[in-house]
Amino acid sequence: LLRSGFRLLRDLNTFRMPCTPKTLQMLILLLFSNTQLNLIIAMLFVTADIISTVEFNHSGELLATGDKGGRVVIFQQELESKNQPLCRGEYNVYSTFQSHEPEFDYLKSLEIEEKINKIRWLPQKNAAQFLLSTNDKTIKLWKISERDKRPEGYNLKEEDGRYRDPTTVTTLRVPVFHPMDLMVEASPRRVFANAHTYHINSISVNSDCETYLSADDLRINLWNLEITDRSFNIVDIKPANMEELTEVITAAEFHPNQCNTFVYSSSKGTIRLCDMRASALCDQHSKLFEEPEDPSNRSFFSEIISSISDVKFSHSGRYMMTRDYLTVKIWDLNMESRPVETYQVHEYLRSKLCSLYENDCIFDKFECCWNGNDSVVMTGSYNNFFRMFDRGYRQDVTLEASRESSKPRSVLKPRKVCTGGKRKKDEISVDSLDFNKKILHTAWHPQDNIIAVATTNNLYIFQDRL
Amino acid sequence: MFPKGTKRKFSDSREEPVAGGEDVNQSSLAAVRMLSSYSLQRQSLLDMSLIKLQLCHMLVEPNLCRSVLIANTVRQIQEEMTQDGTWQIMTQALSAANAAAQCSADRLVATEVLCRQTEAAQGEQVPKPFPVVGSEGCPAEEVLEEEEAAAAEVGMTMSTVSPQAPTSYLPGTFGMDPCWEEEETGEDDDDDEEEDSEECGSGSEGEERERDSLVEDTRTAEQVFGTFEIKNPAPSPDPALEELFSDVDASYYDLDTVLTGMQSVPKMGPYDLLESLSSHGPSPLSSSTSCRSDLNELDHIMEIIVGS
Repeated sequence: LLRSGFRLLRDLNTFRMPCTPKTLQMLILLLFSNTQLNLIIAMLFVTADIISTVEFNHSGELLATGDKGGRVVIFQQELESKNQPLCRGEYNVYSTFQSHEPEFDYLKSLEIEEKINKIRWLPQKNAAQFLLSTNDKTIKLWKISERDKRPEGYNLKEEDGRYRDPTTVTTLRVPVFHPMDLMVEASPRRVFANAHTYHINSISVNSDCETYLSADDLRINLWNLEITDRSFNIVDIKPANMEELTEVITAAEFHPNQCNTFVYSSSKGTIRLCDMRASALCDQHSKLFEEPEDPSNRSFFSEIISSISDVKFSHSGRYMMTRDYLTVKIWDLNMESRPVETYQVHEYLRSKLCSLYENDCIFDKFECCWNGNDSVVMTGSYNNFFRMFDRGYRQDVTLEASRESSKPRSVLKPRKVCTGGKRKKDEISVDSLDFNKKILHTAWHPQDNIIAVATTNNLYIFQDRL
Repeated sequence: MFPKGTKRKFSDSREEPVAGGEDVNQSSLAAVRMLSSYSLQRQSLLDMSLIKLQLCHMLVEPNLCRSVLIANTVRQIQEEMTQDGTWQIMTQALSAANAAAQCSADRLVATEVLCRQTEAAQGEQVPKPFPVVGSEGCPAEEVLEEEEAAAAEVGMTMSTVSPQAPTSYLPGTFGMDPCWEEEETGEDDDDDEEEDSEECGSGSEGEERERDSLVEDTRTAEQVFGTFEIKNPAPSPDPALEELFSDVDASYYDLDTVLTGMQSVPKMGPYDLLESLSSHGPSPLSSSTSCRSDLNELDHIMEIIVGS
């Protein structure tokens, strides 16, 4: 797999608006009010567009992205057409909508960001598509439906909707559906609010397709997709005395097949697997996955870099993958003592931990993902690099997502970071890495070798055709 | 490169102190130097962590995970410093450098005048986080409690200052005798707090002094980049503006400026000399409890000195 190459399919930055209309309004106000804030304005143009989550739906036909401005943009894969064979697999904008707005919590005098933390698709049941999107406090269920025909020929109404004068109605006719330009509508069907005191970091739809969980720093709640005014708390790690707080929940996910099983990871590098059949409150874990610490690598940063930023079950449900700051680990659910595979993402950063702590990069939360058949895992790094690890062939590759290195249709060139003294040609030294360019969010098509990689505010889609 | 150029290059590799050697004088001096170097790094890390904890309360809403991780790091460092008995070694090192006399004078003068200017004390103090005014029991308050708790559990630091008390944030008064406010609330809480706080009951003054020196630090920083105030709840500014400012991450600028301003040879804390004077200074393996009782005694001595 890794010997063949990924090619840039589409650089989707051109489809993204620079900022929401609301932000634009405020910016104009600012420009006229205070010229010293021009720097902030420039930053705002960038920040509103920062991609915060990327997710393929279950068929891979749709790709959803959420950004810091609370918007969701959905891309659709064009169907293969005999006329234009090259167009197969291209993703184009399908729908854009404002999912969350910024809110102000007057009680705490704090603002609630509209940034979309996670998007999860529901399995498709009918013609419409459903997804859950969440910011720090509120989860929303969105229905995305198509309309490609409209009825024409009403008896009582004109085409523009005005009612006809009854005296002019002389015949009886049945409205007929006529095709129209495709219109994609997104409408909020449910709003699940006021259930989280802390910031929501994960949502996960259960395999029963009726329930889902939402996790914040200290609690996990179980919802029914139909019921918005009630949720069940299934995990609560908040200590009675907040002074004793030393650990938070960082991610949670339902098992892909067993609807009673879910896992959650912590800031101390542990993963707990819970069975909802055991008790209503799953504070007691069924399994605890933790790797013993390597004493030779111990430093003041050991705990921080062991904090797990993402946990993902394999499609098979047999394994799960965790991402901490420097590594990706694959765990067999039957073995709690240590992971079965460990992959170094950017071990060369180990000697730079102090600097990375100083500039806060050490707190970056990288995500990870599996390919369709669980043979390859992928995660992001700095300098717009992302890494793939082939579990079967024991190979890994570093690729770069950037305009300069991605000529359309040409294969991505593997990159290499030079750690030693002598830098070879085409290698990049550790000190030259740009830590502002980080790839936190990646997604892999559920069947094909198509990947979506989000840099700070660009989205790249790469495809590998054998 | 890094988003904010690192003005100081941290030597990330830890140097373990070397014990013993053939030439006692040279090796001990080298050992002290190496130890100082490691301690310096550790001290810098502690200072940085404390600043991060402080700054993160200035933003829209603190990231709980990040705060917890930083607080754990702070606790780790302080535990290690306590176990090492670093205070004693630093005392000896500085006295060997003949700076003791001057330092001691400064110390006594400094501690004599409470809540006034002090040198940047060594990092045992934990800053009182900028309180976000809100209803009791809300998570912002709880995060503050957690920071306070991190301070309380730490070896040298004293009782938890009550964050529940509506010590509402008044930017003007921040630099001006917060210790007196805290003393009142601290005494109130001593009765209610659990036992580990009770031990430090009379140590609340000590904590105030520790915090005073940090007040000075923050005041210096305050002068550098203006008021710390981010959220003024009373006359609520335009939420739109708040939202815009929330995107601005000024923490790097703050960090840089403050770190530059605060960078100095680690000064002895107010109790270093006094510990050497005291009949039973903390042993390297002392528990945090005995440290606290020692400091209680030192507080008592302090009162006498200040009183006279």
